[in-house]
Amino acid sequence: MSAHLPTAPVGGKLINTTTVVCGFLIVLMLAVLAARFVLGLGAVTNLNDGYAWGIWVVVDVLIGSALACGGFSVAMLVYIFNRGEYHPLVRPSLLASLFGYTLAGIGVMFDLGRYWNFWHIFWPGSWNLNSAMLETALCISVYILVMWIEFSPVLMEKWGLNVARKKLGKVLFFFIALGTVLPMMHQSSIGTLLILMGGQVNPLWQTPIVPLLYLLSAILMGYGVVLFESCLASSAYRREIETSMLGPMAKVMLGMLGVYLAVRVVDLTVRGAWGNAFDFGLVAVFFWIEMILFCLPFALVATAEARRNPARLFLGGAAIMLGGSLLRLNGYLIGYDTGPGWRYFPSVPELLVTFGMTAVAVLGFIVVTRLFPVLPREEASAH
Amino acid sequence: MLSRRNFLKGCLAGGGSAVAALAPAPASARGNLTNPPGGLGLLYDATLCVGCQACVAACKEANHNPAEFKTADRLWDTPLDTTGHTFNVIKVYTNGTGETKDAGINGFSFMKTSCMHCADASCVSACPVSAMRKDPVTGIVTYDPDACLGCRYCVVACAFGIPKYQYDSPTGRIGKCELCHDRHKDGHYSACAEVCPTGATLFGRTVDLLAEARRRLALKPGETTMIPRGRLPYSDAEAEKASTWRKEPDQSYEVQAGRYVQHVYGETEYGGTQVLKLSAIEFEKVGMPALPAKSSASTSETIQHTLYQGMIMPIAVLGAMTWAARRNVSKDDKDSRGGGS
Amino acid sequence: MAKQDLMLLEGDARIDAAATRLSMTRREFLQFCAVLATTLGLPQGADAAIAEAVAAKKRPSVIWLHFQECTGCTESLLRAEHPTLEKLILDVISLDYHETLFAAAGHQVEEARLKAMAEHKGQYVLVVEGAIPTRDGGIYCKIGGKTAIDLLKECATDAAAVIAIGSCASWGGMPSTDPNPTGAASASQVLGKPVVTIPGCPPNPYNFLSSVVHYLTFGALPAVDPLGRPKFAYSRLVHENCERRAHFDAGRFALEFGDDAHRHGFCLYKLGCKGPETYANCPTIQFGDMGAGTWPVGCGHPCIGCTEQGIGFQKPIHAVAKMKNIQPGVFLPGVIEQKGMGATLGSAAVLAAVAGVAIGAGARLTKNLGLSHKAEEMERAKKAGKASGESAEV
Repeated sequence: MSAHLPTAPVGGKLINTTTVVCGFLIVLMLAVLAARFVLGLGAVTNLNDGYAWGIWVVVDVLIGSALACGGFSVAMLVYIFNRGEYHPLVRPSLLASLFGYTLAGIGVMFDLGRYWNFWHIFWPGSWNLNSAMLETALCISVYILVMWIEFSPVLMEKWGLNVARKKLGKVLFFFIALGTVLPMMHQSSIGTLLILMGGQVNPLWQTPIVPLLYLLSAILMGYGVVLFESCLASSAYRREIETSMLGPMAKVMLGMLGVYLAVRVVDLTVRGAWGNAFDFGLVAVFFWIEMILFCLPFALVATAEARRNPARLFLGGAAIMLGGSLLRLNGYLIGYDTGPGWRYFPSVPELLVTFGMTAVAVLGFIVVTRLFPVLPREEASAH
Repeated sequence: MLSRRNFLKGCLAGGGSAVAALAPAPASARGNLTNPPGGLGLLYDATLCVGCQACVAACKEANHNPAEFKTADRLWDTPLDTTGHTFNVIKVYTNGTGETKDAGINGFSFMKTSCMHCADASCVSACPVSAMRKDPVTGIVTYDPDACLGCRYCVVACAFGIPKYQYDSPTGRIGKCELCHDRHKDGHYSACAEVCPTGATLFGRTVDLLAEARRRLALKPGETTMIPRGRLPYSDAEAEKASTWRKEPDQSYEVQAGRYVQHVYGETEYGGTQVLKLSAIEFEKVGMPALPAKSSASTSETIQHTLYQGMIMPIAVLGAMTWAARRNVSKDDKDSRGGGS
Repeated sequence: MAKQDLMLLEGDARIDAAATRLSMTRREFLQFCAVLATTLGLPQGADAAIAEAVAAKKRPSVIWLHFQECTGCTESLLRAEHPTLEKLILDVISLDYHETLFAAAGHQVEEARLKAMAEHKGQYVLVVEGAIPTRDGGIYCKIGGKTAIDLLKECATDAAAVIAIGSCASWGGMPSTDPNPTGAASASQVLGKPVVTIPGCPPNPYNFLSSVVHYLTFGALPAVDPLGRPKFAYSRLVHENCERRAHFDAGRFALEFGDDAHRHGFCLYKLGCKGPETYANCPTIQFGDMGAGTWPVGCGHPCIGCTEQGIGFQKPIHAVAKMKNIQPGVFLPGVIEQKGMGATLGSAAVLAAVAGVAIGAGARLTKNLGLSHKAEEMERAKKAGKASGESAEV
């Protein structure tokens, strides 16, 4: 049985403090991007020969796409494990994923040094089939397309294209299935990318099972994001928080979290990598922060009673999001060492682009939920 | 609503299948690639190097690279490391007072930094669009800027930190030593080897260079020996006769052998490299990383092949997901008549 | 002692007298003193000191001995053109014995020598040209019945200073080349004590002349290295001052005489140039006052290392030189160099500010969610309480 609640646009004013701030950040970002394309990456970023991947790749693309796994995680629950009671979460999480991945894809174009050759990724004659990067890029591109297709019923509904909607509905199941397989492929491959870097990645994050760790953490981050965004959106729109759905979902998340932590700890032990965690340095500190963040949900939402408290659900989701983000940040940047003497910290323009992309996602979410039927209809007052 | 028992079963099944799918299976392991027999490379002997930097100047000229400056007056070409515009540098290692050449204590040593042309190159494995290619005959790792996306995966993947991107240009490309392969048709070999006055950089086939390196390691320190300069002729006389390198007089000369670390760097690292190095000081101290014999490319490609060979696993999983989604979507349609979504 | 300012010598009559004596104009004389001061590497003001010393002092007596030599060193001195040195050398010093330049010969000359030595006892400068044979009692060189060994010892006894000119007197030179049949030895070996040496085959005459004038001016010979060579001339390798050094550094070498690179004047290292292991000032002052390029490398022939024992006349001319004094260049990068941008105040502040805002908003939201949850729980408890209360009351 599934709970198919009717959805409706939230309505209300589009201009408020949040959207204005977002707009401002977006304008700043566009200015930086103009400079980037005219003058080159070196003029706006602190990227250097020792750290060729900075926050535009690691945060905007890699972490950004993992945080956009909400749609994937919810789709798995609803359509594969047939937990229909989570159905109201499908559209909003799909929307968030759609924005996250589309922006990650656009963000890639900002970082590519020879972006005009990007079409080679889609040209079979160019393919190096051994490359994890190729598979990641192709998968993400197809997944973005699939998500737009999955989301199109919302647009069709708003624009009254009912015939098209019915036709799409007949084959939607296939795209839904694709939408579960593709993230499995590319989120794990994002982990595989680390393998080639060999000893340059600290043993705390360099392991042959890194694709498994990244896949599990991506699924977890999906749940975390749904918790986080549901609480945030409901609070912002002054709507009731659906703890009756979120609570049980948090329990599913805890189960997966247990699996993830077990795999992580066993892997570190088998490889004898724990010594690096006690090395007194930035790397060790960030490792422990990451581990603690992953363990926090056990303290926050372990009991059914705790799971009724939206504050704890919100914090638990945030903890997983941050933990998973740190797993990636640590592997690619903080635990990455190409040799002594190299330093990297993002420059202000670099940071502005990351903030700008986040602003686009937030602004986009607000605009679409207010104008399109994404969230469940509520009789209560809406702004 | 699923019972708790069935729910837990589902979780375990999902997690289990994920684990099974992603744990690398040794059966489809991909071993190290090896140097091709005709592989060309360099032998760099740090004990012979005098730090004259003729090789740095020659490389700049051969590749039409501009000078780079680390001083405010911008008078001398002074790169700090290889970059997108500098494909070869000589670095100095100093210990203590740095008085004695090739001494580990209170000494100094030179070390050449340039592409190692690995047998199992990480950059070649990394590049999604085959911009980095290893020539099947000469083994030279070349770069094609027209194919390149500028994603810089090769930059982060290389264990030696060799490919470098030109951040100062909006149309930057990757730059690295390509063993002067476009000069080979004119009979010229690597510019650095052509100009080296002391024979510290020697060009030749890797198999021959390895034999020469081993010969030097077998010498006693101070023992006089003849050192070739420029290009080491092929050990195979017929191949040497058939080769098209430019004719040069024999520039061999007599030196007293140095005190080497008993290891040819590049013989085993990541399955071997075509550029070999000899040094009197431990290689890690002079900037050559300690690398295992198993290349990271072999690990990475083993994982990729295990998961995606023939797309068997993804298609199987897609089949299962399609079946489940179809079943659950049609159930939904039966349950809710005419509702939204 | 010496007036350190040329201006103070303006009206000095002695300068004019010296210039007249040397058949120079006053200006030429002062220029000559300046050149000598420069060659010696002396500080400003020394040209005045030299001018005064040459003008005022009594000319020192010089005894010049010839042994196993080709007279090239004397010839080199005679070739100095600037100014006409035969006059200068005979007037700056009092040459009291010189076999090549004297018109007289035989016993008269030997007597003249002994007389000069007695007259200037303890004050004359002894110059030795040529190696001294030591085998078989030194019979391979005899002058006036005396062996070179005896002559040298006799003359050195009362000398104020001994200068060995040329590689032969400095370390044995060409006569000492293997198998050295005569047992040719250097002056210091025979005397058993270190002497000032001016090696070269021949040395640039100014190296010798400057040393003598230094002695005249300051009463002491110039600073020397452990081999007795004046540091102003022999402290640098030929390689360090060579005009073709840029070609070496860029890797441009001549491989054969007459090839393209040779015609372009490229570096001769691969032809066996010994510049990298030879100490001399040939590239700096060259020979013959003829302008640029008047030294072996400048003419296209590799340096043969004629000043260095073990290299000159010992190592084959086209054998590759072993580099001395290898020092890493100042601009060579180290194995570890600091590269890249770390956190700056600006970027750290921006990141901290945004993080702070995010954390603050998150904390506030958590609090609000918590409060609303608490309110709900209280409501529920009240309802449950009322219900149970009601049921209890019943």
